[in-house]
Amino acid sequence: MSESAPAPLPAPPRPERTEGFPAAGNLTDVEREELRRHGILLTSLEELYNWGRSNSIWPLQFGLACCAIEMIAAATARFDIARFGAEIFRPSPRQADLMIVSGTVTKKMAPQVVRLWNQMPEPKYCIAMGACAISGGPFKQGYNVLKGIDRFIPVDIYIPGCPPRPEALLHGLVQLQAQIKGEKLKGPDAARHTRPEEPSEFPVPEYGAHDLEPPKNPAVWTPPEPQGKA
Amino acid sequence: MDTVEQLHDRLAARFPAAHVAVVTNPGPAAEHSLLLDPAHAHDIALFLRDDPALRLDYCSNVTGIDWPDKEITDTVKTSVPDPAGGPPKTVEQKTVHVQPGCLEAVYHLYSMALKHGPVIIRLRTANRTDRVALPSLTPVWRACDFQEREVYDLYGIVFERHPDLRRLLMWDEFKDHPMRKDYVEPDDYEWEPTAHGAILEKAKAHQSAASPVAGVADPGPTIKAPGSPSPATARPEARP
Amino acid sequence: MSDPQVSGLSPQVSVPGPTAFGQPGGPSVRQVRDPFHGDLLEVSMGPQHPSTHGVFRMVVTLDGELIVKLKPVFGYLHRNHEKIAENTTYLGSMPYTDRLDYLCSMSTNWAYALAVEKLAGQAVPDRAQYLRIIMAEMTRLVNHSCLVGFLFNDLGTSFTPLLYAFREREKFLDLFEALSGSRMMCNYQRFGGCRVDPSPAWLATARALVEGYPRFLDEYERMLTGNEIMLARTQGIGRLDGVHAVNAGLTGPVLRASGVGYDVRKVDGYGFYPRFDFRVPLGAHGDTYDRYMMRILEMRESVKILQQAFRDLPAGPIMDPKAKIRGFRPKPGEAYGRIESPKGELGFYLISDGSPNPYRYRVRPPSLINLTLLEEMCLGHTIADAVVILGSIDIVLGEVDR
Repeated sequence: MSESAPAPLPAPPRPERTEGFPAAGNLTDVEREELRRHGILLTSLEELYNWGRSNSIWPLQFGLACCAIEMIAAATARFDIARFGAEIFRPSPRQADLMIVSGTVTKKMAPQVVRLWNQMPEPKYCIAMGACAISGGPFKQGYNVLKGIDRFIPVDIYIPGCPPRPEALLHGLVQLQAQIKGEKLKGPDAARHTRPEEPSEFPVPEYGAHDLEPPKNPAVWTPPEPQGKA
Repeated sequence: MDTVEQLHDRLAARFPAAHVAVVTNPGPAAEHSLLLDPAHAHDIALFLRDDPALRLDYCSNVTGIDWPDKEITDTVKTSVPDPAGGPPKTVEQKTVHVQPGCLEAVYHLYSMALKHGPVIIRLRTANRTDRVALPSLTPVWRACDFQEREVYDLYGIVFERHPDLRRLLMWDEFKDHPMRKDYVEPDDYEWEPTAHGAILEKAKAHQSAASPVAGVADPGPTIKAPGSPSPATARPEARP
Repeated sequence: MSDPQVSGLSPQVSVPGPTAFGQPGGPSVRQVRDPFHGDLLEVSMGPQHPSTHGVFRMVVTLDGELIVKLKPVFGYLHRNHEKIAENTTYLGSMPYTDRLDYLCSMSTNWAYALAVEKLAGQAVPDRAQYLRIIMAEMTRLVNHSCLVGFLFNDLGTSFTPLLYAFREREKFLDLFEALSGSRMMCNYQRFGGCRVDPSPAWLATARALVEGYPRFLDEYERMLTGNEIMLARTQGIGRLDGVHAVNAGLTGPVLRASGVGYDVRKVDGYGFYPRFDFRVPLGAHGDTYDRYMMRILEMRESVKILQQAFRDLPAGPIMDPKAKIRGFRPKPGEAYGRIESPKGELGFYLISDGSPNPYRYRVRPPSLINLTLLEEMCLGHTIADAVVILGSIDIVLGEVDR
């Protein structure tokens, strides 16, 4: 454009982002679809990166209790977690990016769970499957039961049930995939693993004389404020 | 297969120095047991295992039981003559004494060779505090190995001559014996999504300590309004 | 291991030395002071491990690849079931028994109901007895086929036999879900009978499934039993002789593989088992292959029991009309009730003091006690064999740790 040209028109308003199908560049989703039908794919790096990650989440082979059997059932032919790219259950935490905490986390096991979480490389996600992993479940009164794994590690998806059906686990997995697809790589609300100030390793609790020390990690979990009656 | 009384008589004849007693079981199951004194328990156990008529070669179950100290009130009614000459009055005198508690180990024995059983034997410690030793029957029945370790872990009975007495279920640094009746568990009931019963009471204790609001008697369970993120589920960047 | 004090056996019984590769006097433990020999290596297998069937930990000391010492560590799933039961009513503990052996909830429910009925002197109607046997034997089919699947996972077939086993298991779980409302945590038995009466359609589907089960077993066996890799890896591995097994309190298919014919269904004759015609298979060698064959043969016997049960199922009530559900307070006393669960002898020892909650509630866990001789079975074998031996013992951590 020459300098003697008139002032440029204001840029056209950016098209609205529709839910679930973020637009790339200045095109509307309708236009993108049109291009795709002609064999031209337009995407952004962020979208491609998230798409690849969410469709090949590799869980850690980590079953604690009864929910583990439903997790195994979700991997068998009837429910088939392989459709979602997640059939490779890795035995080693170094190669996994999803930890499905399926079953009761006891206080004796809790340091091991945190250690496994620390050994997983970023980006990593955690699903708390079953009532026991969420809050202690039916064994809440136990002296050896940790009242929820989110006391020590950050949890992304909670799947209630005792045990949740394999379909519920698959639903949780699909929600995690949607969550991953919506992650941003830059900006103020960028994903957790891109920000160096967010910890990816958490202190491992020790075995104390009467309880774990510390019994919970205040940086990860604080009990919510009680809501009194008006 | 002998009845418990017959077995008791045989043991009393064979081991005259031992104190063997029959403990009757009042319920419909009528599974009576033998109370052995700890000093002779090992020898009696060997006899029970090797005697050709009994051949109790299979120890099915080892259980620990805690009997705490019990306060017993004795009421004695005496009739005292009335000094004024009227009918005699009855005066009640109450004395309270504490029956000391003990820890108990119960063994269920069966015979795989002769297919009979159960023969139930009990061993009691002297008290619940410092004299909590019992002889281990693991040298007689290896089946008692893990179960006696568990009783030691959860009740605190020390089994003498156990080949490897250490905690089984709790971690080694743990100090308490959790199955005892006076065990106080750690209090981590700060947040209970569906509190009820005893847990509701414990959760209320935390909540009223956290926010003492005048005039609010019952803060109630923490029910979230839909759409409001709780700190546990929100992504770190969304926390205020 | 020849020191009786250490092994825990009285001097009359001698413990055999470790056998390795079927050779007498095979590789023995070398002295650590040997300057040309390296150190022993201590490996902690678990609690997160692909092959330990849950959160089970074995601290294994290795001389090269041979096992010199093996110490199991328990408690990673200790959920305080017995303590919770002391604060819960008798009926309130029934859902917790589902979660003990979470693959066999129907038979665990029955064991607990049997113990409480013994404690309270409660009768059970005929139809309920037959239904209980039907549910328990169907559970045995599910458990044994899944066990064989998991055992072959440990052998390295990586999931294929397990997929076949779970295919059949899903058919049974559909039936359990239609009947009791839940696939795994059925909570079906009550004190005095069963909770739900199956409909004629349910019975017809179940009967057809059981009739077709031998064909699945034939397919399964054709795939697995004659496989030469499986034979090489399981025959002679993890030998256990009957005398030590009895003394160590082992029960179930592990015991019968060593040649000891003790089946609580035959010995105690609980429920209506004496009316049924079935055999109890026994093994001759006590090795892993025999333990595997026990499961296959027991599945065939269970099919026979189920066929008879469906044929003879009487009409009638499923709950005793005099059974007390609300305000259930058994008289003070104690009782020990046991059944032959798919894993071994599962017993419940209950002490009542007349209150709605039990004074003492004890689970006799077959999985824990079957692990008593794990070290003896694994000594002298390689670490790969230890995984297979553990798989053949059939443990469920919910029951081991309670």
